[in-house]
Amino acid sequence: MSLRITRTGLLDTVQDGGRMGYQHLGIGPGGPMDRFSARLANALLGKPLDSPVIELHFPAATLLFEKPAIICLCGADFMPCINGEPVPMHHPIVVNSQAVLSFEKKLQGTRVYLALLAPLVLESWLGSYSTSIIAGTSGWLKKDDSLYWEEISLPAKCLQQKFTVLPWKTNDTVDWRNEVEFIMGSEWHWLSPAAKEQFQHGFFQLTKDSDRMGFRMAGQKLETGPEIETLVSSAVSFGTVQLLPDGQLIVLMADHQTTGGYPRIAHVISAHLPILAQKGPSDIVQFRMTSLEAAEQKLLKQQKYLEQLQIACKFRIENLLHEA
Amino acid sequence: MPALHPYSIFPLGDSALTIEFGNTIDRDLNDRVLHLFYCLQGSGLPYTGLVPAYSSLTVHYDTAAIRAQLQPGKTTFEQMAKWIEELAGEESLPVLSGSRLVEIPVCYEESFAPDAQWLAMQKGISIEELVQLHTASSYRVFMIGFLPGFAYMGEVDERLAWPRRQVPRLSVPAGAVGIAGRQTGIYPLPSPGGWQIIGRTPLQLFNRSKKEPVRLRPGDEVKFHSIDQYEFTHYEDGIA
Repeated sequence: MSLRITRTGLLDTVQDGGRMGYQHLGIGPGGPMDRFSARLANALLGKPLDSPVIELHFPAATLLFEKPAIICLCGADFMPCINGEPVPMHHPIVVNSQAVLSFEKKLQGTRVYLALLAPLVLESWLGSYSTSIIAGTSGWLKKDDSLYWEEISLPAKCLQQKFTVLPWKTNDTVDWRNEVEFIMGSEWHWLSPAAKEQFQHGFFQLTKDSDRMGFRMAGQKLETGPEIETLVSSAVSFGTVQLLPDGQLIVLMADHQTTGGYPRIAHVISAHLPILAQKGPSDIVQFRMTSLEAAEQKLLKQQKYLEQLQIACKFRIENLLHEA
Repeated sequence: MPALHPYSIFPLGDSALTIEFGNTIDRDLNDRVLHLFYCLQGSGLPYTGLVPAYSSLTVHYDTAAIRAQLQPGKTTFEQMAKWIEELAGEESLPVLSGSRLVEIPVCYEESFAPDAQWLAMQKGISIEELVQLHTASSYRVFMIGFLPGFAYMGEVDERLAWPRRQVPRLSVPAGAVGIAGRQTGIYPLPSPGGWQIIGRTPLQLFNRSKKEPVRLRPGDEVKFHSIDQYEFTHYEDGIA
């Protein structure tokens, strides 16, 4: 055994890069809500960016390490503590055997990602380790569940305390601002001129019906112009903003259905989905228009940053393990 | 290859694009969708997912993975659109292979059909006529969506067409057969749902542990036949 859940959290699941290639059968990719933070945690450990991580919501699980491990936490700050002592985010940490990792307080954000250096031994379904709640796959962690990993030897100097914070980190982490950029959806032009203004300048509050499938937003009702028709169902995407019949909005998130029939007025850009994914019920967001070209550039910039960080950290990890 | 015309192609966010042939439920439009779907499936196009729908095909892609192949000054969307249009324009494309006919047993008895009585009354037909009409023709699987393995099929006879329930049920069992407008469908998993439930099949439409977890595929033809409660209960490979 390597790690045991000693207290069940609200919703703690294994997620990787997602289950690609089955959308035509109604099986969505899933994957982390805040893909940037999940990949950042892997990058800081020098691991392939889409390696499986654990996504935790607050109140989060308590984890007992039964074997030493090197971990990294990115995303929401839930005041992570090892044996009651606060440990830093965005920093690789060597955790000793019998250490207890707990999350004491929701300080900022909605989802934290726990990456482990050693390869986890997990059950995959259709080529992915991402937990599909609807399909009933494994990966939803509850009390007394255990996670196993392939053993790696760690340097003795790191195993003298309960934990050792390794000397590298990043300050370039998920953004906490309340603005996300969007590009127009194919039914954007259905909105009345006033509704277009309202969408770009108004405030939208996440309702309690906001989960991994989608965020229901409360805001001023958006009216449509005369050019509307009934849509036959077609594909939707992570970040698609749908206009509901009552004039309110839903933004589709990681576990969204593969198809839908509501007007797609906008799409939150992929580079900003992590910002949105860290919001929770009662948080307020604003939408700002951008171009497809700018959206792609932002996504590529993010990717480049993660790839470079991953290479640099891989080198550091290899040096550290070399001492073992 | 039937001509692709007329169509429009537009971004579905910054990581997907949709090729739309129309906005109606129509076998000819759906043929074009499925034809392009099967062409792209074997094409080596760098996509991460394809979603054929009633009258559109969506291609999901990973912008970062394609960047090395981008022509300068082009967006990933433009590049993907160009590749798709080139593939679709090739003359050597395979002809849409014959679709499969899938027979699906359905028990229309009252305990499995909470909306059948009411629907029959609204339409001024008997339960026997309802069953006869639902089993008379075969239906195209136009698309799969909503849930893993949920097939949108059609079109049912006008004498069966009825809108979704005003208030969806909180839980519909796996195997429930429903009607929504002129569509018919089967819930592959227990789920909240608003379709008018007229029967239940003992067949598993979704089974996670199977190599092919989803039974139906886009383009399949489905024919229902009526079974009684005894046959339902004793159906092999079923959920009963």
